[in-house]
This record gives sequence, C-alpha cells and structure tokens, in this order.
Amino acid sequence: MGEAIVVTSGKGGVGKTTTSANIGTALALLGKKVCLVDTDIGLRNLDVVMGLENRIIYDLVDVAEGRCRLNQALVKDKRFDELYMLPAAQTKDKNSVTPEQVRDIVLELKKEYEYVIIDCPAGIEQGFKNAIAGADRAIVVTTPEHAAVRDADRVIGLLEGSQVEAPKLIVNRIRPNMVKSGDMLDIEDIIQVLNIDLIGIVPDDEHVIKAANSGEPTVMNPDSSAAIAYRNIARRILGDSVPLMPLTQKKGAFTKFKKFFGMGG
Amino acid sequence: MTVKSNHVTIKGIKDGLIFLFDDQCEFSELLNELKYKLEHSHQSILTGPIVHVDVKMGMRNMTEEQKTLILDTLKQKGNLLIRSVDTPGSMPDESAGPVIKTLCGMVRSGQVLKHEGNLLFLGDVNPGGQIICTGDVIIMGALRGTAHAGADGNEKAVIAASYLAPTQLRIAEVISRPPDEWENRETSMEFAFLQNGTMQIDKINNVGKVRPDFNVFKGV
Repeated sequence: MGEAIVVTSGKGGVGKTTTSANIGTALALLGKKVCLVDTDIGLRNLDVVMGLENRIIYDLVDVAEGRCRLNQALVKDKRFDELYMLPAAQTKDKNSVTPEQVRDIVLELKKEYEYVIIDCPAGIEQGFKNAIAGADRAIVVTTPEHAAVRDADRVIGLLEGSQVEAPKLIVNRIRPNMVKSGDMLDIEDIIQVLNIDLIGIVPDDEHVIKAANSGEPTVMNPDSSAAIAYRNIARRILGDSVPLMPLTQKKGAFTKFKKFFGMGG
Repeated sequence: MTVKSNHVTIKGIKDGLIFLFDDQCEFSELLNELKYKLEHSHQSILTGPIVHVDVKMGMRNMTEEQKTLILDTLKQKGNLLIRSVDTPGSMPDESAGPVIKTLCGMVRSGQVLKHEGNLLFLGDVNPGGQIICTGDVIIMGALRGTAHAGADGNEKAVIAASYLAPTQLRIAEVISRPPDEWENRETSMEFAFLQNGTMQIDKINNVGKVRPDFNVFKGV
C-alpha cells in the first residue's frame, strides 16, 4: 500500500502545481512508482507543467462517474516508465466529484503506486475537501509573503481537523539576497507563526518558469538550484535526513564566481 | 407540623450557637425547618439572655434574597445576635481569586476560540485567529490575532500576552488597533485595559493597579 500526499496552500499562485510536478518527478527519479493526481477540476495545470496535455484521453471526473476505468485515464510520463498522471477535467467544475469519489480513486491508486501526489486547487472549498479526502500526509506550500503565510495557517488549521497527519511546510520562492537585506520574510519568522515542521525551502529560480513553459519539470535540470531543492525534498519524503540547502553559501559561491570573472576581465 | 429530617443543626459552642444549614436540600425545606425549630422544638435554648450566633450555609448557592430571608427569620428571635455568616459565594473570591479556565493549543487563521469567563491560553493566536471571552484573556504565547475580553460588556476585563502583537484588541465595546510603530518594541509581557473608555497598554507588573480584585502577592 502506497502513501498519498496532498500538496496544498490555500492561496493561489504560490507553486502548488510546480511543487507537485517536481516532487513527483524527483520521486520517480529516485526509482519510486509515482502517480500524480490533479484535483483542480476546471482549471487544470499539472498536465501543462508536465508537458502531457496532448496525451489526455479521460480524466478524473470520467473515472469518478464510471465512464472509464482508472487505468484508461492514467497518462504515462514521457520521461519515466514508473511515473503516471491522472488529469483533472477542464470542462467541469469542483462540484462534479465528491470527496468520497476522490478518496476511492486515491485508495485504488495507492494499491498500485508507492506515492500518490495530489495537486490541490487554491481555496478551502469543495476542491480542497476533495483533494484532502484521500490523503495520508500533507505538504503545505507557502511563499515568504504575509498573505500566503496567512492562508497557509488557515489551511494548516483545517488539515489539523482532518484525518491527514501533521502537515509539513515548503517555503517556495525564497530570494536569499532579499531575505538577507531584510526585505523578505525570514524563514524563521514563518516557521514561528505556522509552528509546523519544515520539509524544504526552494529558492526563486528562473529555470522554474522556463521549465514550466516547456513542459519539462525543473527537477530534471541539475543546473537549477530549485531542482536541487526539490530533489532534497523528495529524499526527505523518503525519510532520509538531508540538511537544508544553505542559502547564503549559495550566494557566496555566486559572488566568488563573479569575482573570478572580475579578476579575469 | 413535625420535622424528622435534620437540615438545620444547632450546635452550642463556648460563647454562642452555630447554625449549620444543609446545602443539598430544597431551600423551602430549609426555611420551614428553621422556622419550626425556632418556634417549637428548641424554645428552651432560644429564650433568655443574648446569644451570639454563627451562621454556616455550607456550599449552597443562594441568592441575596434567600440569605436575607434566613437571617430575618433568625433576627425575629430577639435574643439571637448574628455574629458571622459563612456563604460559599464570598469564599472562593476571597481565597482563590477569580476562576480561570486553562486551555492549550493554537488558534490559527480563521479559527475562533470562545469562552464564558476567564481564560488562560497556553499557545499562540495567529493573525486571522480570534479569542473571545466574557472575562479576562491571558495568553502564554504570542497574540498576533484578535482578542476580545469582556465580550458581554465587562469594561474591567484585561487582555495579557507574553508577546502582545495583536491585529486588533477589543475590550467590551471598545475596539483598538495597535499603532504601526508597534513593530519593533522590546518584548516583555504586557496587558491591555480600558481607562476612561480608551485602550491602554502597560507592563504586566502593573496589572494589580488596574485590577484590585486580583490577589496581590506581597513577599516578606
């Protein structure tokens, strides 16, 4: 029996879908059998980020309503044999499935896959309830902004009232130099408010945008600092203890690099 | 009328009498029995020279009217001089201070913790979270959200927190928002109270000046 992990945030645009795609791909990279589930019915994005949009035949709603078998709706990844995705429907809305239906589908997937990564829609309404219904664990994604932290706090409160075990935190889109200059919320401050375990911090990285647009998860690109962060998070999900990426040292290496060029020029 | 039960016990002590009232039975029974004992059965000891009387009500919750009713009945006997009255209502207030409920946990954004009475909360109240109490709110932790003390109109209520950085404070009907320059204060435990209808903040050490009903510890 596998494990279902829901990726949620409350606020939109903090990187739930990117995180789901990258964690899923990173787990596949580590040799795990993974299925990604997009529960953002009506506003599906996961397929685009994964570059699998044109392979979709059936979707989550079709499975829930019995128009097809679960296996028929699953889309196999381009890169990994053991990575699959269950897309959301684009033409329906969140109310077209019930939490029970999603839970049954996730339960079915857990028999087959080691990890089921559920991409949750923004908000705390029906879509959120659907997404968390089948989850064993939760990852809450936030960015270093007050609004995102506020919404993350709300979602953590709701998760604590559900069957999902204690959620873990990812702080996404950290800009080390802005944190250092005090213009961005400190990770320490965020953890102090939210009071949950940190599972990873992901630096703001242009590679992520480029990768999302080309349908290739960032995690495949070893030059990207975000890719390293996602790979580390995947290893932490597997239970390895991987130290947090030192943000300042990264900057140090960069300045050294610049210095080297300055000396050369 | 015959009285078999013994709800009213009259005890003789060295310098007077103690009236012990049962605290479980109906009040009317109690009063009837007292009247009966005063009128009929105990006349021998109740007439004659002036006797000091201690009244002990036990744990009975009684209204002021009921109390005066009992005392008036006793006063009808001219020779009974009431020396002291023990009622449960006055006892805990004087010895144990106000009753306070202790809760721990965390009030997150969108969550509301409501409580009738005084509350000691061990944990944080995050922005977007709310604590609403009819009495005092005392938080061992950070208050970053909203706290409402004296919610049903008690202007004497106070809000205290280890780290007082609220979104908003409310006491009774008064709503206050911390000024923006609050951000970089030194961190010491503080409390909020109303003074002439406006919200004031002070160090926790001074809470006794605002609330004389709190028991004040005075070391030797």
